[in-house]
Amino acid sequence: MSLLRVAGLSKSFGGLRAVQRVSFDLAEGEILGLIGPNGAGKTTLFHLISGFLQPDEGSVRYAGESLAGLRPHQICQRGMVRTFQIARPFLHLTVLENVVVGALRRVAHRREAVRIAEEVLGLTGLQEKAGSLGQRLTLPDRKRLELARALATRPRLLLLDELMAGLTPTETERLIDLIRAIHGRGVTILLIEHVMRAVMALSQRVLVLNYGQLIAQGRPEQVVRDPKVIEAYLGQDSAGAEADASG
Amino acid sequence: MKRRVVLGIAVAAALAVLPFRVPSNWQNLLISTFYYAYLGQAWNILGGYAGQLSLGHAAFFAIGAYTSAVLAIHLGISPWLGMVAGALLAALLSLGIGYLGFRFGLRGFYFILLTLAVAEICRLVALHLPILGGYTGLFINFTPDPWQFQFQGKIPYYFIALGFLGVASGIAWLIQRSKLGTYLVAIREDEDASEALGVDTFRYKMVAYAVSAALTAPGGTFYAYFQFYLQPNTVLNINHSVDIMIRPIVGGSGTILGPVLGSLLLELLGEFSRTYFAAGVAGLNVVIYGILLIVVVLFLPRGVYPTLTHLMRRPAAGRRP
Repeated sequence: MSLLRVAGLSKSFGGLRAVQRVSFDLAEGEILGLIGPNGAGKTTLFHLISGFLQPDEGSVRYAGESLAGLRPHQICQRGMVRTFQIARPFLHLTVLENVVVGALRRVAHRREAVRIAEEVLGLTGLQEKAGSLGQRLTLPDRKRLELARALATRPRLLLLDELMAGLTPTETERLIDLIRAIHGRGVTILLIEHVMRAVMALSQRVLVLNYGQLIAQGRPEQVVRDPKVIEAYLGQDSAGAEADASG
Repeated sequence: MKRRVVLGIAVAAALAVLPFRVPSNWQNLLISTFYYAYLGQAWNILGGYAGQLSLGHAAFFAIGAYTSAVLAIHLGISPWLGMVAGALLAALLSLGIGYLGFRFGLRGFYFILLTLAVAEICRLVALHLPILGGYTGLFINFTPDPWQFQFQGKIPYYFIALGFLGVASGIAWLIQRSKLGTYLVAIREDEDASEALGVDTFRYKMVAYAVSAALTAPGGTFYAYFQFYLQPNTVLNINHSVDIMIRPIVGGSGTILGPVLGSLLLELLGEFSRTYFAAGVAGLNVVIYGILLIVVVLFLPRGVYPTLTHLMRRPAAGRRP
């Protein structure tokens, strides 16, 4: 049974058709990659799925339930949590407090939430930064915090929006391991990613979006050989584009 | 922990003895300090913790003042009960404004303008409603009876203002330690990120607004029975809304001691500028007050209290390996 079923989803901004009749299924336990050139509509699709935007047409079903008209916090409470492309830590709160906010999704008392938050900081390798303010974090740590906060809500489905962007290859490798570990705990993952190294390493299946439309989907190694994808996303020389994207 | 208890008892004892040991003008200063700290604490819950700046808290203040006065004058109901009614009415109005503002996504300046507009509407209503005394205002006859919220001398008012401040600070403390407080601060920091983490931002902003408004109203009741006179252009003036919000901002918004420290500082500043500059050029004391205020806001943008704790922590942090 699919955990997430997106059917005929469309969204226009004025004359710009950002997402056009996109349909796909995501099975429980899967890692699905979503790729496509800049402006292809990936983040808009995330906004539509997570309730930050309402679609013009089409539907999103999660765990057998329609999400139409639900606000983002209601969707989060059902177990689907997203991160933001540009990490948005609570700047004047400590790293621990940032994660406590997420942990309070499932417990009523701060004391328990702090305990959960400390556990999540351990998992994400942020325990040494627990007392630092959000605004003091480096980019890789901000990305980790974004992930830690989302994890603290104990998601069933995690939507990751370009978590690897701007990281060095070493940091990317570490984050790939972390996401694998999270997946190993039974979390289903949908990830938008430009860094091909991460897409190839993590995704069991890849969707390719171009000009708001799904142009290909399949196993990652098939998709990168698809001529349509090479033309739309990776350019004429796929090896060169890959080097660009991960460098 | 023990040191805190000892400190608390010492402060409580000092505050209990203080009004009996100081001259009457100092009693006034202390009452004013507690009173504005109380109002600031009430504002702080919405403005400081939840980050929703209200420039219209005079409206809730006036509801508390007029409700208790009108109920007492026309129906003989004790202002202590009128105070509760006023708090409920203020909460009701805040939920109305909050629904309009938050449901339709007004943020930042637009929310400020909405609160300002509502306070201005309240002023016009008060000016034209005969039962509220219109332009002339409402006079309250002095009948020294504690049940009528009226007392001989300043000392009872001192303890009431102090008690109000204690209750409001206690509520702020409880909120700060709870899920509610954590969520309010998260909303202040980033509303969308909070939503994504499962925070019902609309609901929590409404709660903060209602608590803040309900706490502000009894301040109006206190004012009515301390001044014995209510006039729309004083009570519902925008300056009054500024008076309510300026102390927590100066002292440090979103902290419990901020409004208290801000209130003490501003009372002292006001007293200082009145004492030394009021005699010569007319209005000079107000100019000096304004300049001192600008200096404080300019050099301590997060408020006095956070700056103090930051300074106190820094040497300790330096010693760590």
